[in-house]
Amino acid sequence: MNNPLSPADGRGAPLAVAREVWKSYDRGRVEVLRGASLAVRAGELVALWGSSGSGKSTLLHLLGGLDTPDRGELQVCGLDPRDERARLELRRRHLGFVFQLHNLVPDLTVEENIRLPALALGAGVDEMAARVRVLADRVGLADRLRHRAQDLSGGERQRVAICRALMNSPRLILADEPTGSLDESTGEKVFALLRELARAERAAVLLCTHERRFAEACDRLLRVRAGRVEEV
Amino acid sequence: MTRFRYLSLAFTNLRRHRLRALIGVAGIAFGVAAMLAILAVVHGAIGMFERILNTDSDYLVFERKVSDLFFSSVTPAQLASVRARPEVAEAHPMLFGIVSAEDRPVVTCFGIEAADPRLHRAHWLSGSPERFGQKAGEIFLGSRAAEFLEARAGDTIEIGRGEFMVGGVFRTENGFEDGGVFMPLNEAQEFFHREDTASIVAVKLLDAASGGEFKAALEAAEPGVMALENREFSRSYNSFKILHVTAWAVGLCAFVLGGLGVANTMLLSVFGRIRELAVLRVCGFSAGQVAALVLAESLVLATAGLALGALLGGTVLAVLARLPDLQGYMAARLTAPVAAGVVATAFVTALAGALYPAWHASRIQPAEALRYE
Repeated sequence: MNNPLSPADGRGAPLAVAREVWKSYDRGRVEVLRGASLAVRAGELVALWGSSGSGKSTLLHLLGGLDTPDRGELQVCGLDPRDERARLELRRRHLGFVFQLHNLVPDLTVEENIRLPALALGAGVDEMAARVRVLADRVGLADRLRHRAQDLSGGERQRVAICRALMNSPRLILADEPTGSLDESTGEKVFALLRELARAERAAVLLCTHERRFAEACDRLLRVRAGRVEEV
Repeated sequence: MTRFRYLSLAFTNLRRHRLRALIGVAGIAFGVAAMLAILAVVHGAIGMFERILNTDSDYLVFERKVSDLFFSSVTPAQLASVRARPEVAEAHPMLFGIVSAEDRPVVTCFGIEAADPRLHRAHWLSGSPERFGQKAGEIFLGSRAAEFLEARAGDTIEIGRGEFMVGGVFRTENGFEDGGVFMPLNEAQEFFHREDTASIVAVKLLDAASGGEFKAALEAAEPGVMALENREFSRSYNSFKILHVTAWAVGLCAFVLGGLGVANTMLLSVFGRIRELAVLRVCGFSAGQVAALVLAESLVLATAGLALGALLGGTVLAVLARLPDLQGYMAARLTAPVAAGVVATAFVTALAGALYPAWHASRIQPAEALRYE
């Protein structure tokens, strides 16, 4: 078993690093992470594989600054997600999120959902529209930009969520079970699309999944077990 | 301005929840309408009363330290002293009284002299100003008073405990005067047991610039009275102040209710989309941006409420002005300070109502809100 912090091939500096991260809930009664460590390099597709409740989503949230660890060290794109300012900067410019249930705003149109990260950043209207068109075209939703998110199928919604994650050209996409609520065929298409788009955009992906087939299709496979991460 | 473009989401959010937004707008609109109507009516009424007092005059002379002009007594000696001042061109005493008539619990009576300029300025429908005070027991009616008392020139009517012959009917632009009964001063003094006194003396100066000199000299000679320039009187008269304060207080109460409506709307809006606001945070919105979004929504509600409230208030005033029972009494007056006050109150109320929801929205923790998906 290899060390997930020091990949054997020794390629460049990591984009995201977690060192000895601990996290518990319910005032310490439920210990989820017990010294978890990992590293993700620029441009690579890394699977964080494990059973439900193993702590993979928690680790993803900590790296994305959606939650804070009890102790341990985090470094993402040169910033510490434990710091509020850094968290905002990370979410705005460096990270994209894809969730299991897509988390789109149901009443907003496809276009409005995709451009949310650009609105937060204060991007220009033309610039936003052009970027939305490019992304929607890539995922085959160019003709559905005016449709409301609630009128889309599960697969289409997840494609919109991927576009939204890529809107600000992030360096790292944190994908939490993006195929978890989709049927087998749709799940495969969404996974393929995520991999293809991330490569095209030169973004790294840290993918949480409990499905072995998707985990094995990634560049690297990290297994989360008993609150720790090990390279498979 | 691109950095504020995210605020466009405020319109989108309100459009998505139209009914909820409409309830918020209605709360502000009713507050605005109530405040506008109350203040406009009160200011109009005050204005009418001011014009009664200010007719062709620069100064008002009345008894010092009385709470209301109805209780003021200016003696004949004091009136003579006013008239003797070299600065004075004309001085017209007036006595106010309230009586009741059949079906009318309150009828305002004005005791004036035959030379009073308002008699000559009025449009006489029957009789003439020259007849005023020529015959004992004769009263003269404003056209509105003649209407509700169902009296014409030559009729005998019961006013209070006395019977009077109607000597003439005239129309004036002032609603209070038009709904009033006019008696010669000496008859009014007898009728109201006021001996020889008047409530006020309206003074016209030869030169308006000599007002200060007139005031100082008169108050030194007659310490029982005070002289106030018309505008100063309007500012300091207790009854006007009470009316102002009451109108603003009632209007503000209406706004508080409107503000609670906005608070309720915004709270529902925030609690109903915790997950959505968490998604915004995940997408890079700062806590401040999320709070600003909620505040912007409430400002949009306030703006729409203001527009609707102004329309509603205007309609209410127009309808009131056309009600037969109120004709002549409704002279709504919307001044710039009142309009500015209503606008400011609407926005402050809407913002105050949105403060807690905005604070709550800004503190949403994305991980917690999205954990149970």
